[in-house]
Amino acid sequence: MIIEFVIPALLTIITASTPLVFAAIGEIVVEKSGVLNLGVEGMMIVGAVGAFAVTVKTGNPYIGVIAGAFSGLLLSFIFGFLTLYLYSNQVATGLALTIFGVGLSALLGHEFVGQTINSLPKLNTPFFSDIRGLGPLVFEQDFMVYLSVFMAILVTWFLMRTRWGLALRAVGENHDAAHSIGFSVTLIRLFAILFGGAMAGLGGAYLSLAHTPLWVENMSAGRGWIALALVVFASWRPWRAFFGAYLFGGITIIQLHAQGFGVDVPSQVLSMLPYLVTIIVLVMISRDDFRIRISAPACLGKSFHPHG
Amino acid sequence: MDLTPRLELIGITKRYPRVQANNNINLKVMPGEIHALLGENGAGKSTLVKCIYGVQKADSGTLIWEGKKTQVTSPNVARRLGIGMVFQHFSLFDAMTVEENIVLGVSSKVVKAGIKERIIEISSRYGLPLEPQRYVHTLSVGERQRIEVVRCLLQNPSLLIMDEPTSVLTPQEVESLFKTLNRLSNDGVSILYISHKLQEIKELCHTATILRMGNLVDTCNPKNETPRSLAEKMMGRSLEKPTRKKNSQFGKPQILLKDLSYRAKQSYGTDLKNISLEVRGGEILGVAGVAGNGQRELMNVLSGEELGNKAESIVISGKNVGNIGPNDRRSLGMVFVPEERLGHGAVPQMGLSENAFLSGFTRMKLANNGFLRKLKTDKYASNIVTNYDVKTSGIRSLASSLSGGNLQKFIFGREIIQNPNIVIAMQPTWGVDAGSAAYIRQSLINLAEQGAAVLVISQDLEELFEIVDTICVIYEGRLSSPKQLEDITLEEVGMLMGGVIVNSQEDNLLNGI
Repeated sequence: MIIEFVIPALLTIITASTPLVFAAIGEIVVEKSGVLNLGVEGMMIVGAVGAFAVTVKTGNPYIGVIAGAFSGLLLSFIFGFLTLYLYSNQVATGLALTIFGVGLSALLGHEFVGQTINSLPKLNTPFFSDIRGLGPLVFEQDFMVYLSVFMAILVTWFLMRTRWGLALRAVGENHDAAHSIGFSVTLIRLFAILFGGAMAGLGGAYLSLAHTPLWVENMSAGRGWIALALVVFASWRPWRAFFGAYLFGGITIIQLHAQGFGVDVPSQVLSMLPYLVTIIVLVMISRDDFRIRISAPACLGKSFHPHG
Repeated sequence: MDLTPRLELIGITKRYPRVQANNNINLKVMPGEIHALLGENGAGKSTLVKCIYGVQKADSGTLIWEGKKTQVTSPNVARRLGIGMVFQHFSLFDAMTVEENIVLGVSSKVVKAGIKERIIEISSRYGLPLEPQRYVHTLSVGERQRIEVVRCLLQNPSLLIMDEPTSVLTPQEVESLFKTLNRLSNDGVSILYISHKLQEIKELCHTATILRMGNLVDTCNPKNETPRSLAEKMMGRSLEKPTRKKNSQFGKPQILLKDLSYRAKQSYGTDLKNISLEVRGGEILGVAGVAGNGQRELMNVLSGEELGNKAESIVISGKNVGNIGPNDRRSLGMVFVPEERLGHGAVPQMGLSENAFLSGFTRMKLANNGFLRKLKTDKYASNIVTNYDVKTSGIRSLASSLSGGNLQKFIFGREIIQNPNIVIAMQPTWGVDAGSAAYIRQSLINLAEQGAAVLVISQDLEELFEIVDTICVIYEGRLSSPKQLEDITLEEVGMLMGGVIVNSQEDNLLNGI
């Protein structure tokens, strides 16, 4: 009886959390290189509409996923070009990117409102999927859920174990020093921004292809901002962000169920819970002042002028 | 004996829009030679070195590397040729470990060839001990410099350029650096050594090339010169040393710190622990110490930029001021000259007149019911410019357009004209050329002679020994007990700066340890 109730809840939690994982891990890479891109929400929603449109046209959600990543990447290229080559202010440009992305997605998505698609298929692992309870939870997800876990592993490995990951952190830590050593600050940052864009696009694609296989205007509903907050509260660590995303997703779903059960708490308070709990928990685990100083990229948000 | 010079420059000329930075410079560095490059600020040393290292491109002239005419178009080309450079401002990453910093600075080929063994080999051969797993922000400046040097040496350079390497080191650290450099020189590595410190150059270098205003004035053997003769060649006129009358009759205590403890607010700061000191009217007290031992915190707490102390822990002219901010302290007759000239001592993008207003408005009464008194402010600013020999095109020019020495003279003038009875100055002549430095030191001495209490926080021991009456050392946030200058030697101060407890006449100089 418990399994009948808990498993579906856990399944929805995974679906609710995966978009946040993509967006937050992408943004970690961007911020580690010293760039603050506040356009996550915009890139996400453009990724969502791109993925949905291409899936409608081709009928193939996998091509849709690629299109979603590519849409996010294209939008982030605008940000990268403006901030890295024209030295525009990162905060203002990021905010503008979000506003632009929301508007653009509404325009592009106009003809797709109300259309339906085949959502991203769940994978079926022979034998394992039949395990009662655990089977569907662990072995019967769509491939993007596994991809999100893989990306968390990949990004951690890249940042901590590879020379280019070290270079990327160095650029975020002290861009002048990295430049004088001979690294191309601008190029490394551009790649980080494009990666972040593609990841936000993937998060968006997951929203419109798996979470709710529909296109609704403004359907990212602030998830990009949540992802941004997760990055800071997770003190720029991929696994903490991953955990934070699941915490947020989890409480969102649980409070929905609680509202459904008619728990005697005002629904507004319940709706606040995911935000409150996520912030409190992540602040608690990241409160070590010293570790924050070590993890926060010292050049975050600062423009780099190679000849200045 | 190899007679091909490692590096030869012929007729190097470089012009910037407004200045002739290098004019027809010739220079020869032999294998194994330690060659000094001397000159005042703006004499063109950095430009010349940047041309050699490929950061700048010379307008004309020839660079001959080991007998072959060569174009050095970028630092990467320079490194491939075998030119290494240790910059004055380190290219290090504070939040990373020593090992990560070294790995970042060398090519992946070197890393693959077994970097750990090479680090150990180089650090033991040249006496450069390192702890690979430590985070850089926990290291002293001397240790940080070692990382830079090791990083350079891993590339097997045959010419090492060092830009003012000793300006931030303790005397002991300087000594060990010199041992390293001599060993490198014996191994045939040439060293191009830039410094302001003439005594060092006399000790260390085989040849000295002296630049003045972009021109080469002399190439000489520093062993046959005196620091004074070298300085005069640099300046092109005779050097006036600050003079001061012996004074042991001090007035009442003007600054009194009583058991002041303070937790650092900034990242990587140093906490202050039980600091007590006293500066009397007419006295100059020097606080020596290696950067990062709490000087910044001490300065901020004294100026009131950081509060959070008990009111009675800081007493100024008999009043408890521990809990009041900078402007209230200024109105009690206290003035400040912070370490960082641009961005702290002055707003770079504001004119001199506005900068004068910002610090002077309380004591000079430059504001009237919240309105600016523009004429009075301008008069005050012009006063500073004329009386303190500030070279500028006018009081409207931006603070950032002044050279370091000129801006420092302006800032000093601005504070001194306010007729203070207490002056707190940090690194007053850091990066200032010899002429301006002498001028600034003389004005500090004059102030004390007029009865002001002066507190100077500095890393430059020569400077402190030239001007102070009393000296103490700050180390890891603790202050040693003050000594009359006659009762302590330069070596003892150097040891205190390195954290060594010195026993002199049975008492510990470091109290509280």
